[in-house]
Amino acid sequence: MLHPSLGDGKGRDMLRYLLGRLISLGLSLLVASLVIFTVIEIVPGDPAAYMLGLNASEDTVAALRERLGLNATPPIRYIDWITGMARGDFGLSYTYKVPVADLVAQRLAVSLPLAAYALALATLIAFPAGLLAAARRGRAADAAVMGATQIGIALPNFWFAMLLVLVFALHWQIFPAGGFPGWQSVGAGLRALTLPAIALALPQAAILARVLRSALIETLDHDYIRTARAKGLTRGQTILRHALRNAMIPVLTILGMQFSFLIAGAIIIENVFSLPGLGRLIFQAITQRDLIVVESVVMILVFAVILVTFLVDLAYASIDPRLRRRA
Amino acid sequence: MRLLLLLGAALSLAALLAALVSLVWTPYDITAMAIAERLQPPSPAHWLGTDHFGRDIGAMLMAGARTSIAVALVAVGIGMGAGVPLGLLAAASRGSLIDEAVMRLNDLVFAFPSLVIAILITAVFGPSALNAILAIGIFNIPVFARVTRGAALSLWTLDFIRAAEVAGKGPARISFEHILPNVANLLIVQGTIQFSLGILAEAGLSYVGLGAQPPTASWGRMLAEAQTMVTLAPHVAIFPGLAIVLTVLGLNLLGDGLRDHLDPRLRRIR
Amino acid sequence: MTLLSVRGLSLSIDATPILTGVSFDIAPGETFGLVGESGSGKSMTALGVMGLLPRGAVASGEVRFAGENLLSLPERRLTELRGNEIGMIFQEPMTALNPMQTIGDQVAETLLIHRAATRSEARAAARDRLARVGLPGERFPLSLYPHELSGGQRQRVAIAMAIALRPKLLIADEPTTALDVTTQAQILDLLKRLTAEESMALMLITHDLAVVAGMATHVAVMQRGRIVEDGATRTVFRTRAHDYTRKLFAASGHRPARVARPRPETLLEVEEAVREYVLPRPSAFAPHPRLRAVDGVSLTIRRGESLGLVGESGCGKSTLTRAILGLDPIQSGRVRLGGAEVTAGRTMPRALRARMQVVFQDPYGSFNPRHRVGLLVAEPFHLTGTPKDASDRIAAALEEVGLKASDMTKYIHEFSGGQRQRIAIARALIIRPDLIVLDEAVSALDVRVRAQVLDLLARLQQSHGLAYLFVSHDLSVVRAVTDRVLVMRSGRIVEEGGTEAVFTRPSHPYTRQLVAATPVIPANW
Repeated sequence: MLHPSLGDGKGRDMLRYLLGRLISLGLSLLVASLVIFTVIEIVPGDPAAYMLGLNASEDTVAALRERLGLNATPPIRYIDWITGMARGDFGLSYTYKVPVADLVAQRLAVSLPLAAYALALATLIAFPAGLLAAARRGRAADAAVMGATQIGIALPNFWFAMLLVLVFALHWQIFPAGGFPGWQSVGAGLRALTLPAIALALPQAAILARVLRSALIETLDHDYIRTARAKGLTRGQTILRHALRNAMIPVLTILGMQFSFLIAGAIIIENVFSLPGLGRLIFQAITQRDLIVVESVVMILVFAVILVTFLVDLAYASIDPRLRRRA
Repeated sequence: MRLLLLLGAALSLAALLAALVSLVWTPYDITAMAIAERLQPPSPAHWLGTDHFGRDIGAMLMAGARTSIAVALVAVGIGMGAGVPLGLLAAASRGSLIDEAVMRLNDLVFAFPSLVIAILITAVFGPSALNAILAIGIFNIPVFARVTRGAALSLWTLDFIRAAEVAGKGPARISFEHILPNVANLLIVQGTIQFSLGILAEAGLSYVGLGAQPPTASWGRMLAEAQTMVTLAPHVAIFPGLAIVLTVLGLNLLGDGLRDHLDPRLRRIR
Repeated sequence: MTLLSVRGLSLSIDATPILTGVSFDIAPGETFGLVGESGSGKSMTALGVMGLLPRGAVASGEVRFAGENLLSLPERRLTELRGNEIGMIFQEPMTALNPMQTIGDQVAETLLIHRAATRSEARAAARDRLARVGLPGERFPLSLYPHELSGGQRQRVAIAMAIALRPKLLIADEPTTALDVTTQAQILDLLKRLTAEESMALMLITHDLAVVAGMATHVAVMQRGRIVEDGATRTVFRTRAHDYTRKLFAASGHRPARVARPRPETLLEVEEAVREYVLPRPSAFAPHPRLRAVDGVSLTIRRGESLGLVGESGCGKSTLTRAILGLDPIQSGRVRLGGAEVTAGRTMPRALRARMQVVFQDPYGSFNPRHRVGLLVAEPFHLTGTPKDASDRIAAALEEVGLKASDMTKYIHEFSGGQRQRIAIARALIIRPDLIVLDEAVSALDVRVRAQVLDLLARLQQSHGLAYLFVSHDLSVVRAVTDRVLVMRSGRIVEEGGTEAVFTRPSHPYTRQLVAATPVIPANW
């Protein structure tokens, strides 16, 4: 019933899948930007008046409106905004009087490494823990891992961060309690990010380990696992050669979703450690009513989440040959 | 395993009870400040000590439980109220444009983490507990929609749905008569999970000042205020954190236990 | 000389006995059949030999393979034997292969895991074994994934994996049960050829007496964890010494006593029905290809008649059934029931829908597990309005199908598979339809239960003047209970006629092929 020659169709299938995902990526970005634009620039009525507060005179409001280009119609402003962003022009911060793009670039130099550091830590902890628990299902090691993850999930990361500071920064003074020395010295930079990364990573690792364990256990129930055992593979070989790859789909899904929690967590954690990242920037912007900065940073955060979803979709296809045909 | 379920139920119940009792009674008035008694360690008079205004931490935790539970409960309500019907609709019209639209809408909302929604709302309307509810609630909608759709899709392939169609029943009727009762358990379990996530999220939002505002008591804000005093009086930071951990732990254990114990029949039809 | 000698094998899982004192021998190169109904313990026996028992299983007794007692061997030694000395294939080819690995890698893995070859040798060997099982390299490159193959082809891959190292014993657990009858014949042929050429012993586990008859030299009959009778296949089949063996035989050839009394009026009329599905585009700008699942089918059923519709999976019989039931629209042609046009969805009047009902295959998925039996059986009242005496009618329907009125307050999980099919029949019967579509309605049942349900159906047909559309892949069942039969292939009816005539003197080559592929117990036994 099936096609005799399939070899040449595979590349085309993959390309079509990629194209479909790219289109959906673009559409998501477009709609998301529209939502953000509407909330920030349309809902408050006159953003200029809002940013300047109640005491501002008519003239200053008008001047700001002129400077921000708010006199144009909303559709024009929206198009200006997104085409500007596409060129890397995010507008001018009202409070800092500098291009938002510069501000964001500075802050990303802290936030991105922090997120990557945390993600790496979480993965490094979660994979061995999840594999161990699944392999020793129902035994003491499994119970220990599961107990630890139950507590890890329940930990608010900012509180955990405070405890870490209390122990490792104030009591033992191994790591700094906060602040960021910059990347002139990579070692010092990493040291400053270590406690924040641990605080972010542990709760995420707990979730990831649990998902990996249950995905593995579910996979181990499948018929092809029995087939593999009948071929003479040991239990361990079966997990590594057959179960792990099949279990990666749910794990990737969670990994992708966790990225958005990681972003939220990073924003909060940056406040605990007074790190000059995007999180600090956005809270300062909120207090100073700098809507232009808020708008841009939110767009960047949402862009990051959508981009990760896209990458996860690509990873699915590279893992699972069946997905390439569907698209 | 039964033991863990009971432990979970007990912890969750304790938090609920604290919240309910705080409506009519707390050991001390949480609005009255007593600077003379500030930052006292735990003692027979103040079991959990006092904060930097001399307020009783135990009393504040009870009142804070009220905020946490109320916010998380309403947020789950919003998520279920909108998400479940959307999920049922998507599954009933599986493969069609409606299904596609619901799923794309889901993806879009998923791109806005609760914190980002809270930031957007706060930037325009200013901070309040209502923001937290809205932000967490909106994020819950796609969660429930996805869970419902996923479970409903596999039910739609079963023959008892065919039998209902042969009996002349339409998709709406089938969704409520046959699909909903069979996904109810799953929704209860997901509900407990989202409830505990809601409590964590509320604490986070209040901690960064996007949630409950003074004088409303909130665990997250207690931690924010404690941060500068953590070296002087660690208990100010430790107890609110423990309250969060124990409540969330309790709810998670309850959720896991319910999943294992609620009706094994559902598993059999898969 | 024996290759495998099982002595007093007993097995319990969490203190529930599964096997009691199972003993049998398999000689080198011999084909040994293990038959029994579901739950009799035949699969557990195989897993016990492989040392792949589920958690919590405790085995005692002796399983001697080439001198070693497998039950007392350490796991390490067992992994050396599995895949190397003993190979095994399973029932479900659709799920038995790792979906994420190419077939070449999966076959080569058997050699690599036993360090029998280098990577490139293993691939060459995989190529050779796949060719041996009928998947030649030109059409089936090693780089294919399981989802690119049909069920029969996947079962061939599973066989290639199991025989890659030329084991002395191959265990096949219901290897053809999930396959179509022509595919089954091919796989059985392949197994026969391989055992002969490699002088490999085969332990064939099946519920199907006819399959065993054609394959095994020795046979053992299992019931409730015990072997009740064993010996040379011919002898066992001829003498049927044990009562249970006799019952199995009687049930598998059972023909319900029925008097065909079709009346002349036409009940259902299908004229030139066409149903197409749109497939995904092969490339971005090509038009959507279309699949004609039902391609100009015409048929009629008279009142009180039993019409059989046979065909292999994917022939379009399910699509046709859905169109007849008014669940899916057809693109051209028409379906008429008692003269009124059947349309899909809401446009079809309830009164018309009420004239036909359906019984499905899966006794487990056919009922909402949250509803009580009373409510389940009453569901078709939605079409007629609930009558005042609804609860009497439900009770009567349950009693008619051999259950008790008091069963209506129970939930479906309290019933066995056979009882559930009875409840499904009660549900179909309750609004007294003219036509009942039986969609593989007895295919999931064990032979003895199947015989009882077929008797019930025959009785009800007589007492209610029902017409049946009996859709099945199982030729022997259709032959036993229908007056006329249609043979469907690739969306078309290729042959039509009186059931006996079609089966004894098939005229279309495809029908001949189907009849020839159906395993039978030789008449002279």
